[in-house]
Amino acid sequence: MLIEIVDGPIAAETVVAGMKAGSDGAVCVFDGIVRDNTRGRKTLYLDYEAYREMALEQMQRLGAEAVERFGVRDVAMVHRLGRLMVGETSVLIVVASAHRASAFEACRWLIDTLKKTVPIWKKETFVDGAVWVDGEPFPAELAAGPRGVSE
Amino acid sequence: MVRVYAGRMRVRVLYFGVLKELFGTAEEELVAPEGTTVGNLLRIMGERTSNLKMETKMWQSTAVAVNREYSSHGAVLRDGDEVALLPPVSGGSARRKERHVD
Repeated sequence: MLIEIVDGPIAAETVVAGMKAGSDGAVCVFDGIVRDNTRGRKTLYLDYEAYREMALEQMQRLGAEAVERFGVRDVAMVHRLGRLMVGETSVLIVVASAHRASAFEACRWLIDTLKKTVPIWKKETFVDGAVWVDGEPFPAELAAGPRGVSE
Repeated sequence: MVRVYAGRMRVRVLYFGVLKELFGTAEEELVAPEGTTVGNLLRIMGERTSNLKMETKMWQSTAVAVNREYSSHGAVLRDGDEVALLPPVSGGSARRKERHVD
């Protein structure tokens, strides 16, 4: 299992090529790239930051869980931090499996879960300002929650 | 170095994303009474930041990790713990949920 957080460009083709084995019938790749706009507002670049040690541990767990849950053979997840320009890869997920259905499912589950639970944040800079991107709310079991504040 | 008296403990608090900007620091050391819970700590932080542009809504969507594990408001902190305040995460690429704008 290749799980990495990197500060430079992600060599997607190399990672994908390295994931293929004789017993695989499918390799499913999710290549997340920086889009040039958000709802029509022109994006200049994104800055990613992470709680690095925890993010890596969370990604390792997700990878292992995907293998367990979906019965795929192997998983690679690489997330890049720092300033990324339009078109650059921020996250690469590769799932290798004997069959395509489980590869698709595992890949989808990995990116969806990463975006909810792995402590990585991005700030989006537009031509006319910058914002920390609103994440999705944490799953209930992870949120410290309003009770922590109001009690 | 902060002097710690009997019955008190020291925790390291880490801030990320928008919280790091609001607090103006990535980390600090806090001294709190023994037995302080995650919920207590959040309330203390909430009081300290009532003059910052820190909405209640933002606190409610903040998760807390203690020693790199997600924690709950009832968890009791111990001396030397690393407590991270985590805004909703936004790694990966595009947003999953696009807000409709008229």
